[in-house]
Amino acid sequence: MVKAIEVQDLRKRYGSLAAVDGVTFEVGTGEFFGILGPNGAGKTTLLELVEGLREPDSGTISVLGQRPWPRNPALLPRMGVQLQSSAFFEMLTAREQLQTFADLFAVDHRRVDEMLELVGLTDSAKVRSEKLSGGQSQRLSIACALISDPEIVFLDEPTAALDPQARRNLWTVLTSIAESGRTVVLTTHHMDEAEILCDRVAVMDAGRILQLDSPVALIRALDAPVRISVERGVLTPAQAAAIPGAEHVEAEATSTVISTREPARVLSALADADALAGLQVRGATLEDVFLDLTGREYRV
Amino acid sequence: MTGFVALALAMLKGFYRDRLTLFFTVFFPLFFILIFGVVFGGGGTASKQKLIPVGDVAFITALPAQARAGFDEVFDLQPAEGLDAALAAVRTGDAAAAVEQRGDALVVHVSRADQVAAATVQGVLSSFVDTTNLAVAQVQPTYSLQVTQVEDESLKGIQYVAPGMISYGITIGATFGAALTLITWRNSKLLRRLRLAPVATGAVVGARVVVSLVVAVFQLVLLIGVSMLLGLRLSGAWYMAIPLTIAGTLAFLAIGLLVGSIAKTSEGGSGLANLITLPMGFLSGAFIPLIAAPGWLIVISKIMPMGYLVSGLSDVLVRGQGPSSALLPILILLGFAAGLTFIATRLFRWDAA
Repeated sequence: MVKAIEVQDLRKRYGSLAAVDGVTFEVGTGEFFGILGPNGAGKTTLLELVEGLREPDSGTISVLGQRPWPRNPALLPRMGVQLQSSAFFEMLTAREQLQTFADLFAVDHRRVDEMLELVGLTDSAKVRSEKLSGGQSQRLSIACALISDPEIVFLDEPTAALDPQARRNLWTVLTSIAESGRTVVLTTHHMDEAEILCDRVAVMDAGRILQLDSPVALIRALDAPVRISVERGVLTPAQAAAIPGAEHVEAEATSTVISTREPARVLSALADADALAGLQVRGATLEDVFLDLTGREYRV
Repeated sequence: MTGFVALALAMLKGFYRDRLTLFFTVFFPLFFILIFGVVFGGGGTASKQKLIPVGDVAFITALPAQARAGFDEVFDLQPAEGLDAALAAVRTGDAAAAVEQRGDALVVHVSRADQVAAATVQGVLSSFVDTTNLAVAQVQPTYSLQVTQVEDESLKGIQYVAPGMISYGITIGATFGAALTLITWRNSKLLRRLRLAPVATGAVVGARVVVSLVVAVFQLVLLIGVSMLLGLRLSGAWYMAIPLTIAGTLAFLAIGLLVGSIAKTSEGGSGLANLITLPMGFLSGAFIPLIAAPGWLIVISKIMPMGYLVSGLSDVLVRGQGPSSALLPILILLGFAAGLTFIATRLFRWDAA
């Protein structure tokens, strides 16, 4: 399998700050790859280096087998870069923005309507980009990135500053992009987003990749207990502690919470005792992975 | 090429859909031309001085027809209601002077409050007295004096105002156009998006230059057209206004590029562009003639490009100068364009960070 992206020991400093400090990773063709980390972790700089917008201090980058720096016009149409919203021409409608980008990439104008359709903006085609909602302009931005039918799509925090409904809408769009066989590289500081969308996730902090694996594998490797909670009325903390497999029991205001590494055993015991009212099961998340890797709370 | 055309079209649409830009580049100078055209539109004749003859002033009534016609061009004779009323009118400034005849002596009453009017009346009346004396003495005058205006005799206020306001419109159009395009495109990351598209930097810059030139020539044609409706008469090599406008636009685009490279926000960019174009407008003589300005101010005006556009346009549009008069201003403007572009490219940044 040809690698879509290969990065070897990449470094970039800004003054005394090592924004990217020895990063190595590969992204396979067709993979949905996430770069996860708090603000200032170096995600954006890493992305800009891979896109060829900045010159690395050292290390090598290969995108579709080519070097992105210095500016490589042959590579540009094969890469779609979504930028944080509002990177549009002033006073143009959604359709005119796409038409302009279609001309810049020498793409047939028929693709404009396909793109509007894909991101669900057909009804807003004649709306000026300034008047679009946050979610709409983010989708238009993605449509602009896809206009040249690129093989790799880079998305830099596409859901930042969107309300939950708009985020979910966008996830649908992103999933359909990935299903069309493109390689997608996404940076995000939303743990749930990476967990739902990405095939593999690189957890970044302070310019380094701390861990790189599928979300499921990362969480499994954490070996964190599952938290099972039920209504307090059906199960007292004392009864809970007696259940085989229960490691730790906490009494919260309205519920009893059991921590366990054997959730199946605990759940069947609860079912036998008919104590499933208000049942909630919460496994470890990428948030826990981050906490475990950095030893500190995850803050966006 | 399609990229260049697409960018130029996008910029043109952005220009004419933005009412604020349209206002400052087109309607603002148009408004000034209209105001000045109406205020000074009355024609070249100076207003007459009001003169009140008290009693029978035989000197005036006995003037020969030709002399009387000249007299009436300068003076507007007001009916008198006695000496006291006439003097009161002079005192309050309602009339320039009152005149009475005592025997062979003309007595002129003037006010010290309006010394210009007093001197005019005194000078003109004494010349009529002298001429009449010569005629009475039957002496042929040896010397004669003829005064003509150096400008076109049809010169109206609009002739002064139009080249200045056209220059100002072109200056702010090009300066703000380049500066704000650069700043807003950089801050919205549109510049970055263009860098990630297979379009040459030259096409981006070229599209901006071509759009600014189109806008400037449109301004020139529109503003000259309106000025002509208000009485502007083109004289000289007026067609040289087009290369002058192009050279001027390039110079002001370079200023805009410089402003756009320095300023980080569009508010800062507008402020800086105003800080440059407004004083330059005054110092270049676009609003007010610089004849009365002190020498050091003239020196400052010489190191700013706008003055060359104003004087170049005045020369070919209203001062009746030939095409060669525009060559030096064009060369100087192109020099400014080259020098300022060089500096701006040193300061240019693709990204806000």
